[in-house]
Order: sequence, then C-alpha cells, then structure tokens
Amino acid sequence: MSVETTPASATALEPSLPEGGRGDLVRRLVMTLGPILAALVIAGCILLAVGVNPLTYYGFVIERGLLSPLGVQQTLTRMAPLLFLAAGLIVAFRAGMWNLGGDGQFLLGAVSAAAAGPFLVQFLPVWLALVCAFLLATAVAMLWSLLPALLRAYQGVNEIITTLMMTFLGTSLANVLVKLAFLDPSTTVPQTRTLPVEDRLPRLFDTTISSGLVLGLVAIVAVHLMMTRTAFGLKLQVVGANPRAAVHSGLGVPTLTIAVFAISAGLAGLAGAVDILGVQGNVRADWNPAYAMAVIPMVFLARMNGFAAIGFVFLLSVLSIGGESAARRLGVPHHFTLVLVSIVLIMLAVAEYIDHHFIKTRRV
Amino acid sequence: MTNASSSQAGGKPEIVTLERVTKRFPGIVANNAVDLSIRAGEVHVLLGENGAGKSTLIGMLSGLQQPSEGRILVDGVPTPITSPRQALALGIGTVFQHMMLVPTLTVAENLLLGGPWWQRPKSEELEARVAEISRTLGITVNLHAKVSDLSLGEQQQVEILRALLRNSRLLILDESTSMLTPKGIDDLGALMRRLVEQGLAIVFITHKLKEAAAFGDRISVLKLGRKVGEISPQRLRARSENEIIVEIVELMFGRKENDPEEQDRVARAFPVETTPLLEVRDLAVPATATAPGLASISFDIRPGELLGIAGIDGNGQKQLAEALAGQLATSGGMVRLAGESLNGLGVGERREKGLRYLTDDRLGEGTVGTFPVSINFFLKQIGTSPFWRKGVEQRQEIDRRAGELVREYDVRTPSIKTPIGRLSGGNIQKILIARELAEGVKAVVFNKPTYGLDLANTLATRQRVREVAARGMAVLLISTDLEELLSMCDRIAVMSGGALVGTVENSGDARTKVGRLMIGLAA
Repeated sequence: MSVETTPASATALEPSLPEGGRGDLVRRLVMTLGPILAALVIAGCILLAVGVNPLTYYGFVIERGLLSPLGVQQTLTRMAPLLFLAAGLIVAFRAGMWNLGGDGQFLLGAVSAAAAGPFLVQFLPVWLALVCAFLLATAVAMLWSLLPALLRAYQGVNEIITTLMMTFLGTSLANVLVKLAFLDPSTTVPQTRTLPVEDRLPRLFDTTISSGLVLGLVAIVAVHLMMTRTAFGLKLQVVGANPRAAVHSGLGVPTLTIAVFAISAGLAGLAGAVDILGVQGNVRADWNPAYAMAVIPMVFLARMNGFAAIGFVFLLSVLSIGGESAARRLGVPHHFTLVLVSIVLIMLAVAEYIDHHFIKTRRV
Repeated sequence: MTNASSSQAGGKPEIVTLERVTKRFPGIVANNAVDLSIRAGEVHVLLGENGAGKSTLIGMLSGLQQPSEGRILVDGVPTPITSPRQALALGIGTVFQHMMLVPTLTVAENLLLGGPWWQRPKSEELEARVAEISRTLGITVNLHAKVSDLSLGEQQQVEILRALLRNSRLLILDESTSMLTPKGIDDLGALMRRLVEQGLAIVFITHKLKEAAAFGDRISVLKLGRKVGEISPQRLRARSENEIIVEIVELMFGRKENDPEEQDRVARAFPVETTPLLEVRDLAVPATATAPGLASISFDIRPGELLGIAGIDGNGQKQLAEALAGQLATSGGMVRLAGESLNGLGVGERREKGLRYLTDDRLGEGTVGTFPVSINFFLKQIGTSPFWRKGVEQRQEIDRRAGELVREYDVRTPSIKTPIGRLSGGNIQKILIARELAEGVKAVVFNKPTYGLDLANTLATRQRVREVAARGMAVLLISTDLEELLSMCDRIAVMSGGALVGTVENSGDARTKVGRLMIGLAA
C-alpha cells in the first residue's frame, strides 16, 4: 500500500533528523531520570523502615563516593573492572546472547592473574609479566565460556542457564584454586601470593587512581566502535536482532556465537585481571564481589550503548564505594547498593510499560 | 440487505452475519469486504489456503481482533465483539488449532477453570451437565483423566465440551483436523453432524478440499482475503462429492472475472539444445516433524526461462527454495549453475556464484526490522567491498548506493535511515528484490513474490520478475496463485507432497492440466 505521498527521489537522500528532535530527547531523559528518582524515593522508604534517615544515607553516599577526594579516586579505580565487564556484556547482549556467567569468568580471570603475576615478576620484566598475566586471565575465562558457547551454537541450549551454572562451578573452582593450588604459605590468611605494590599497574599522576581505568575506557570504546562501525560488529548485531535473517544472509551463526562468547568472557577475565593487578594484588579465599551481576542492569540502562555505559558504570561505582562507606558508618548492609540498583531497573521497566501503554492508548 | 429479510433467507435463522468486513494490517489486507452468514443448524466450511484470511476472520469473530471496516451482526443486531470474554458471552465458542488445555490438570479441572475465583468449583453440577451433554452427543469423556493422557482427538472433544458448557450457540473449529488421525477426523465429522442437528451453528475452517465437501452444509471459499464464492446447501446436496471438489477447485484456482492481470501468455519456445543455466537433479531433503521433505526433484531452467512451481501451500515449496539457496541441508542430488556444481556450498558462496533467493518471509528472515533501510539493502553483503573496507563500514558508500537503489526501485521511504520494519510490505519487497538482483546474478528463486501485496505492488513485482528473465537469467517462480503462474511462466511444474508430480508447457489448456495435477489427478 503506497500511502506515502512524497516522491521518493525528493526525500530519500536527505539526512533525516532524529525523529521527534528535541521532544524525543526530552522524553528519553524523562524516561531515564524519572525511574531513577522514583527508585530513590522507594529505596528511601525502605531505609526509613529500617530506621535510617534516607537523606543522611544518600548524602553520605554522595559525599564518600563522589565529593571527597579519596572517595572519588576510589570510585574511578573501581570503574576499571566494571568497564571491562560492561564491554563484555555489550558484545554479548547486542548479539542476543545472555552471558550471565560474568562472575565466574571474572573470578577465574582474577585467580589466573593472581597466580601468574607474582610468579612471573620473579624472572620477567614487570611490564611483560603483567601482559602475560592479562593474556592468561583472558584465555582462562574464554575457555570457561567454551562449553556454554558450543552448547548454544550447535545444540541451541539456552545460554542463560548454562552460563549461570558455569558461574556456580567457576566460583567454586576459583576458591579451590586459591585454597589448594595457589595458596600463599607465608600467611595464615587463605589467599594467593601478593603482587608487590610497586609491580602493580601504575597509578595515574599523583593520585591513587589505577591506570586500569584507562584500559577499561579504551576497552569499552573499542567495543562500542567494533559493534557500530565494523562488518564483524554488524554481523553480531544481525545475529542478535534476527537470527533467522542471519542464516538467510549466509552468516556462519555457530562460529559467530562462539566468537561472541569468547570476546565476552575474555573481557570478563580481563576485568578480573585488572582488579587484581591494579588494586587487590591477590585473591582472598571466598572473595566474590559479584560485579558482573551489578553491571548487567547498568548495561540495560545504557541500552547497550558503550558511551552511555561509561556514565552508568560511574554511577554504579559511586553507589558502591559510597555504599560501602555508608555500610560501615550507618549500619546499612552494603548490599543495599544492589537493592537500589534493582529498584531502579524495575522502575525503568514500569516506566517503559506505562510509556508503551500511553502511546498505544493515545493512538487508538 | 435488511436484517428481517436476511435472517430468514435460508430457512434457518442467522446467528452471526458479517457485512463487508475488512481487516487491514500494515502492508496487507487480510480480509477484503467479506460477507458471511452463519446459520443455526449448519456446518459452514471456510475453505482457503494459508494466508487466505481464514484465521483473521476467526480472530474477529472470537473477539481477538476488530474489523477495520464493515460490521458484525449477532442475531441481526450490529454488535462489536471487543474481547474473547464477550465473544463467549454472546455464545461464540472457539476451538483453536492448537490445544488450549492445561495438560497437567484433569479434564474436570480444565472444564472448571473459567469460573469465578471466589467460588468453590461446582464439580457435582459439572458432572451432571457433562453427563447430559455427552449422552445426547454419544461421546464418552472421562472427567478424571489427566489431559496429557488423552489422545489429540479426545482433547478436542474436551475443548468442544467446554464450549458447550459455556452455552455456545456458535462453535468455531479452526483447522481442527490438522492434528487428527483419519479415524479422529471421521469422528469429528460425526460429532459436528450431531451438534448441528441439535441446532448449533458450526464454522469449520480447513484447507482440505475433501473435508470441506464431506462435512460442510455450506462452503465459502476465501482467496487472498476475499470471498470468491459460496456453495449453498441446495447445491451441495444436489451434487456428488467429486463434482463439488471440481467446483471448489474452479473457485480457488479458476479464472477471475475482470482480472486486471489478464494478458497474453508468455509461452516462448526454447530450442531444446540450449544449455540449461540452472540444473537440478534428484534433489532430496529428509522430512522433519514439522516440514515435508523433498524427493528426487529434477528440473532444468534455460537462460531467460521462467519456470513456475505450482501447488497447494506447504507441499515442500519452501524447502525447495531453501535447499537451492543453501539454507537447508540436502541428503542427495545435485545443483548446477552455468555448468558449475553448487553442491556443498553455503548460502554466501551460492549467492556469490549468482544464485539468489527471494524469501517469502520478508519480516521473519528477509529483513532485520529495527535496522535502517540502507543496511538492509546490503544484509547479504556484509564485509564486502566497497561498502566495507578492511572490515570497517564505509557509511558514505553505503548511503550513496542505498540512495541509488531507493530511486531505481522506487522505494517509498521517509529516509534511508528509517527502520525497514516501518515500511509497507510492497516497499520492503522492493528492497529485497534490489538486494537479490545485485551484481553477478545468474538465477533467481522467487518464493511467493507477490504474497500479501496490494495490486500496484503486485504488478510492479511481476514486471521485475519478467525483466529478470528477459535479461537472460534463469527464474524459478514459486507461487500458490495459479493466475500468476499462468500469466508469467514458460513452463509450470506442480509440486505435491515434496515431489514434482508433473510439468506442463504454459499454453492452451495449461490451466486445466495444472489444476488437475494440483488435486492429485493425472494431467
């Protein structure tokens, strides 16, 4: 039905303005900030219920996560692993594959780096030792994703289930490795050998910010450009947006699937390595910060856009650093950060639903 | 037509009447000014192929969809049916193609499901009513059996029972026989007969001619969203089953009056010694649970020749197209293009060699709806020069070429950045055609290229197909529209049950020959 009346030749080539122009931008802003505000109010009610003044809590979080010099440096340092994880999730989610195994891949990467780093610096130049540790962490994490990748690529087994299961196994395996294989005999605390502070990733200028932040920013921007500017990224997006169209267009979907898992898991492994080689220096037994689970909502909030993800990762970082301080001072469990993030996500879904419903009823 | 006169026209009261009901979806007219009268005491068969508009019609009767135009009368009163709940309240019960029972619950529990949540289920009352209904219908239903233990035929009886328990006066059976055994089909026929004897109205949807002739009191034939004919009970009684089938075939595939497509046949003669451009020998594909296989498909297409594939939908046409394109693994046979074997090559390599496939599933696999028009032009060329260099997208080049194609193929789109999913079916089809006809094309498989398009786009698409053949390509045109094949092809092969049952030169009495082959008679 050619209801379009404008002649094609006249309009087809004009670069289109983003539809709706400013109204659309305002709508997007309201749609993002509205749910966040609503979530703050709801979380505030929960805080009131447990006897904490929400304003004190929020004020404290912002003060310690964002405004105090030490806090902001910690926040920026924390961003490094989160950025790597976000980059990995963006690749997977844009390709329509739900790699929820980030935590297992992260921990195995961390343990590999913690095992390799202190060992290699003994007889390699520091930079080379660090590079090797990064590569090993990447390879181990990639290997850990191979099983879900193969199952998904050739048997169509749902990767949400398999990656989650592999995370349980990976977390345990990382623990076993820390306690049995790489245990540091010189301390009583069960942990791996510690990478000396001077051998860790250099700090930026005169601050305490780890240069891992730069690596993380590079990683996420590179991933964003790969997904939006290259043929490979476009192929992944086709697989994600319409797998049947990918088959119809002759894309090798199984190979691409395995590649997606490898990249996604490799970046998660790098996240683990950057946290160990930059900040922690070792892996303690039973250490599991569960960063990947916390980053997932951020990637959704950013609509899988790399640049937006940087912003949301910063927000998460502020919340988590501030939240940890607040936990010590105000007695609010530091998991409350996750509660807050979850509420934001639910509010976002609600807003989406209302918006959708509103548009529908307006049209009818 | 006034209500008073029409409701008594056939001697039997009309329960539901459709008056010039039209339903439009973006890009497709699913129902076009359909008139239908459904009377008590009659099995009204709606016959038509996939995509003829049967399901949409049922959707509107059962309250799932609203007509775009026209009106529905219930007992002679115009009544909008706004929800399935309301349809039930009006006495319209629907048994859908796929079973809607909870398999882990017992029959009784399933039958009690619709009740108000604050009341205790009235099991005793149910048993009494079921006993009464099943006695009059001569069926036995074990209320305490688990649904998952029942055969599909028994499950269907439960669904019919459920509709009757809700006091339905009109029972709609949507493709109800598609999953039944021959015995189950006969039982259903007998059950329908007893139901209409009790004064119910039944709408029975099918695409099987034999069932229509055997079970129907009145048959309406739908074709591409229009009602193309109705056979009254008087006529049905007066003729034998075979005569009825011939009449239906004439309605479904016969010549339309005032056909704007009416024109001279192509029927060009090709010298026998011309080397075929596309050769297919003994192509075979194993059958799966959901799709028919292919068995020893062989044909040749010479340069510039248009070979049509006719047949009732679902007889392996899609499998043939996908096997040729390399999307579907074959279990034997050979495909040669310009003397070069394509065996073992994947989708991309076959396309590279010049074999192109225009899919019939434009939104499902042909396009990525959220991607802009420009990218969709090159979906099958991702990574190739000049649109990508060393794997990096050359946006200017893509936009420039997309702009050219938009003009060349007269695509009506607000911009090349518009998501393709927002365009109409005809414009999407233009983009897909442009994509398949890109440089290096030698042979094209068109799968139902005009399906769901409006007249203007249908004619434009047919013109494109003819041009492709005129440029010396080999063209395989798969279509369920016999008119289309007759007006365009040099030869027409008929497909049935995954095999080619005959090939007919398109001249003179081709229509009759193809029609006979389609219903399983020798040409």
